[in-house]
This record gives sequence, C-alpha cells and structure tokens, in this order.
Amino acid sequence: MVHSGIAVTGMGIISAIGSTNEESFQALLNGKHGISRVQNFDTKHKDHILVGEIKYSNRQLAALLGITEPHNFTRTALLGALAAKAAIADAGISDVNAQRTGLISSTSVGGMDYTERYFYEYLTNPSLHPYISTHDAGDSSHKIAECLGLEGIVTTISTACSSAANAIMMGARLIKSGRLDRVIVGGTDALSKFTINGFKTLMILTDDYCRPFDNERCGLNLGEAAAYLVLESAMSLKKDGKKPLAFLRGYGNANDAFHQTASSENGEGAFLAMKKAFQAADLDPAAIDYVNAHGTATPNNDLSEGRALTRIFGDHVPVFSSTKPFTGHTLAAAAAIEAVFSILALQQGVVFPNLHFQHKMAELDLIPQTETLHRPLSNVLSNSFGFGGNCSTLIFSKA
Amino acid sequence: MKNNVFINGIGAVTAQGIWRTELFEEASELNEAVNHAQQPSYKEFIAPAMSRRMSRGIKMGIYAAQQALDEAEVTVPDAIITGTGLGCSEDSEKFLRNILDNQEEFLTPTSFIQSTHNTVAAQIALRLQCKGYNFTYVNRSISFESALLDALLQLQQGEEEHILVGGVDEVSDHTFRLLQLIEEVKASDTNETVKTSVTPGVNYGEGATFFSLGVQKTRSSYAELVDIHIQHRVDRAELPDFVAQFLERNTLAAADVDALLLGYNGDSASDSYYVAFEALFPQAASLYYKHLSGQYDACSAFGLAAAASVLQQRHIPSRLKWKDNTAPGPLKTVLLYNQLKGKDHALTLIRAC
Repeated sequence: MVHSGIAVTGMGIISAIGSTNEESFQALLNGKHGISRVQNFDTKHKDHILVGEIKYSNRQLAALLGITEPHNFTRTALLGALAAKAAIADAGISDVNAQRTGLISSTSVGGMDYTERYFYEYLTNPSLHPYISTHDAGDSSHKIAECLGLEGIVTTISTACSSAANAIMMGARLIKSGRLDRVIVGGTDALSKFTINGFKTLMILTDDYCRPFDNERCGLNLGEAAAYLVLESAMSLKKDGKKPLAFLRGYGNANDAFHQTASSENGEGAFLAMKKAFQAADLDPAAIDYVNAHGTATPNNDLSEGRALTRIFGDHVPVFSSTKPFTGHTLAAAAAIEAVFSILALQQGVVFPNLHFQHKMAELDLIPQTETLHRPLSNVLSNSFGFGGNCSTLIFSKA
Repeated sequence: MKNNVFINGIGAVTAQGIWRTELFEEASELNEAVNHAQQPSYKEFIAPAMSRRMSRGIKMGIYAAQQALDEAEVTVPDAIITGTGLGCSEDSEKFLRNILDNQEEFLTPTSFIQSTHNTVAAQIALRLQCKGYNFTYVNRSISFESALLDALLQLQQGEEEHILVGGVDEVSDHTFRLLQLIEEVKASDTNETVKTSVTPGVNYGEGATFFSLGVQKTRSSYAELVDIHIQHRVDRAELPDFVAQFLERNTLAAADVDALLLGYNGDSASDSYYVAFEALFPQAASLYYKHLSGQYDACSAFGLAAAASVLQQRHIPSRLKWKDNTAPGPLKTVLLYNQLKGKDHALTLIRAC
C-alpha cells in the first residue's frame, strides 16, 4: 500500500443520530443516542425491541432528494442516495464524471423492505409492479448511481455485517491499481421485518439498550443507516488542490471459517483481519490510539472480539469503544458509519463513549472507554465482522 | 511488474450437467421459460443431513468450487471471491414466507442463517478451512465480473497466488413468477430459443461456475486472463469509443480479436447492444452461450468457462456459434462482452496460453 495511504476527501452519513456529519458528531460528543421504538412500519415485535430507526418516512426521504412520485426507490436506496450525495458534496465534486470515478456500495437487505410489504400483493396488484425489480442488492447501487449521474464502474458487495468495510477495501484497490481516480465507497441498509425476525430467531436481540463489552450484555439493537466516503488518488488530489480529511492507511480481510453465524472462541478471523491490516498499513499495533470496535453486544461477538484484541495488542489494548449503542447495529452500513465516526474522532481528537457499560466481562480484563475523551489521535482502527465468518479491519490515519 | 494470471481449473453445475470436456458437444439448446440446473450427486462432498438443509445454490457452489480446485490441483486457495445476483434466494423466500404466513411467529433460524448473499462463499471457506480473503459481489449481471476483477487485481499485484472465483445463482419459485409478471422472464407456455425469441423477456436459468486462478501457468491451464473492464453506463453511440479504449489499453487492434463471446439472451433490450458490438469486429467469429445456460445474473461465469474451453481446445464447437463464420487465423484471443439492458457493461479479455 502506498503510504501514507489513500486520501479520504469527503463523507456523508444518515443514521438514527443525525443526517449530517456535524449532527452525528454532536450526538456522539454529547452521548446522545438514537435508540427508540419502531415507528415507520408495523411489526409484532415493536413493543419488545429497541432500534436505531431514522425518523423520516420514505416520503420525507424522497422529498429531501427531490424525487417525485411515481418512483420505485426503496428505503435502502433513499438512504444510500442521501448519504452518497452528501459525500460528493463534502468532497467538493460538482461533475462526478470529470475524472474516472466509480461507486462501490454494499447492502445486506437490499430491497427487502418493499418485497416483504408486497410479496403476495404483487400477484394481484399491477400498480405495485415497478417495485418488483428493486428486490436485488444491486438495485440500490443503481439508484444511487442514477442520483449522482455516475457513468463509471458501479458494483455492490454483500458480506453481511462487514459489507461496507469490504466496499471501502475494493474502492481502495481500484485507486491503488490506477484504474480509478476517485471512488465513492460505503453501504446502506434499511430496517426490515426480515432482519428483525431473523435476529430474533437467533435470540440475539435485546429488549433493552445494548451494552457492548458488558458482562451482562444480552444482545443487540438493530439499526438503519447509510454512509459513504470519497477516496481519491494522489494525482486527483493534486489536480484539485484538495486537502484530505484523513487517510485510509491499511485494511485486512479474513475468514473465521468456524461457523455460518457464530464467531470462534479465540477470535481467529478478527485476529487475522487486524494482523493483515497492520501489515498493509506498515504500522505496529502500538501505533493505534483508538479502536472503534465491532462490539455488537451479543455474548458471542464481544467475547470473541475481546479475545482477538487481547491477542493482537497483548497487555496494551488501546482505548476502545463500540458506538453501536448510539446507532444500533446497522448491518451492511455499520462499517461505513463507523468509518465516518473514526474519521471524526481523528479530526476532532475525541474518543466516543461506549454507552451503557457497567460490568467488566468475567473472562477478560477489558474495560471500554465510557466517557467522552479528548485526546489527539493519529491512527484509529475500526473492526467489522459478519455472518459467514467475514472479518474486516480498516485503519484510518490523521491527515 | 504485473503478474500474469491463468485460468487453471474450471468447475460447474449447469442446465447442461456438470463441467466436462464434452459439455459443449453434448449440449442442447434451452427453450423453456425456466431451466433448472441438472443436479449431480452431492454425496461425496456433503453429508446427507447437511445436504437436506442446504439450498441448491449452496450445493452447486460447493460442487463447482471443488471441481475447479481439483482440476488445478489446489487444496486450499488463498482467497475465495464469489458473485451472485440474487444470492440465496430460496432461503430468503422461505424465511419471508414464514414471517408473512405465521404473522412473525414460530420461526426457526436455519433459513435466515442461510439467506445472506455470502453464504456460498462462507460455506466453501468453512468446508476448506480457508481463512483467507472472502468477498461476495452482488450487482446484477456483473456480479461475477466484479469478483473476477477483484481476483485479477490481487493476483496481478502479487497479493495472492491462488484465488477461487465463482458465479452462482439459483431459481426460486416466487421470485421467478414475479419476474414473469414484469416480463423480464418469458411466460411459462412459450417455447422459444434465444435465436427464435419474439416475446419479451428471457429464458431463465441457474447454475454455478467456478475458476481456480493462479499466477503460474500449469499443465491444466485453459487460458490467460488478461484484462476486465466494467462501466455502468455506455450509450450505444459511445460503444465504439468504449471498445477502442479497452483495445488500446491492451495494445490490440480489432483485427487481433479472433472470437467474440456475446451475451445474447433473446431480449431485444439487451441484444441490440451485441449487434452493435459485433459490427466493430467484422473479422471475428461470434459465439454465444446463454442459450445453453439460461439467463441469470451470474451466467457470465458460464460464458467465461465456454470461452476458456474454446481456447484450450483451439476449436469452436458448433453449438456455441452465433453466426456461421469461423475465425480466419488460429484462435488466440477471445473478447467477452456482457451487459443487461444497456447497463453494467463488462469486457473480459482472455488469451491462449
């Protein structure tokens, strides 16, 4: 990897804690979470679970984008388009095709929010048919590309809850190989009955606020979000005389090869992903000032990740926190919003608190950062893991 | 200095049966609206108890992956990269039906667990205990080409030496019916082939095709994978420029391309691009493959297998000929072109080795 890494020149985000970078930062700084009851759709579980829901209806989101009826944008596409547009505006890009530019997006639910609404009704109601073709994961990426007017490569990654980290990695690879000058990378996922019920059957949804790394943690809060970064080549940066927000210094991906949904006891996949990221970044673990952990607050993840952190950092685990108590676990978008949070942390010199933590895990000597901490940061590591043993690590460095 | 990249092993489960030397000689043209892949016996690979819980997509993927690795004599690859348009459609549908039919009650997790798009790549990794890089691309007709591009870049740049790459999609009942409603798939009572197609939509299919790619040429090598280019939007009028830039990047002239492998699928919204593309290569032989595989998002993986086989055999089976022309010189260079309804254009260049 070319050091100091690949420049990040723009970012855009929408989650339960805000629809701009600034709103997100203020919420994180002030410990103000966005967890609430489901309001936007009907589910039997609405009084039993807490979620990180964005309180805009689809109609409001469409209005924010200036999309008029009739259209066939799913919620996943609407959220993605808003965040991607914000990212290119933040990067000061007016003509998206002026240089070789691509979009590498990611999603896990894709258009499932509409499929689950009209699955049977499609058979009898032709007026709903425009939504049939929005089911697949690629649809949201195509819609985002349409909103941006993008002509270059568009593709999508779906590796469950690590998806956006992998989209960021592939984008970096395309810049590094000289195939693209700029690339918009990230992910988008809307809340759906499908995922709520899926996680429910796995018995990893809590009816309370999630408590990552707490000994009495009892599951996750689901959330919805979208976030995108703009990555640019050194040449492109020079051409436009831009100053980067941060650098993507290294990345690593590995497979736990242990179980379709559970993480291995010793966090092998997570350990390997972090190890590869250090190699790619040409950094020692000691150079990391803050770890934005995956920290979903399921008993299995936090123990496995905790073990992996202990294995890679030894007795010197850096300050770490999970920001999932703020936003909920936003699945494919998680690594993208947490990339934005990691960059905000670097820019502002702030470690965000791990909310709701009370008791240290019995198995490990690990205590997350529970209060907002002001401290200059040079390198931040962000972890994201998913079903299928997918483990991804990104390292961001101060510009 | 970039490494060269070779296709050293192929495996597939298709509507024409599993991957074998005689596949294209024995193949028959599909004329049904929906075409299931002929399923092999999975007994050798998957324990019966597991097999019962697995969807066809997972099983086809595992089978094709193993076939490709065996042929290339690779035990555990350094990375696994797959492409799928609709992912594990059967399990997604099953879990969704259970949610809707039982009002969100009495659900079991198995179909949810297996519904994520990366299940096939994950199950292959689990089976091989492959802890390397593991990605799944899900972008309609270029899901497979995206995976192939990722693999090519990593091999060229020397990050890995052996990568397993594949494309897989399965037919699931309800999804298929919905695609018929919007005329993306032909009506069930039609009996048209890609060539005789007059009604809208395509003959739909499913399958898995995997490749073992490596940086060393071996005795099992089919061809060299030279370059891939993907672009979301190309207007028909821009097609000559799009192609010219790609050829120039690879220091080729149009006359250097001996054969084209085109994605003709019987739907005029897609096929008009192939007609325009063919016109740019008056001397090249024109081949097609979707009449043998059916149209599905990851079917371009089957196309690459067909093209690689043509280069290995140095012979074009008559079943693959779109036009009855033959390449003038020896078969050395094949250019694959795939897009769907004018979106997601992919050029893949392979060369005899």
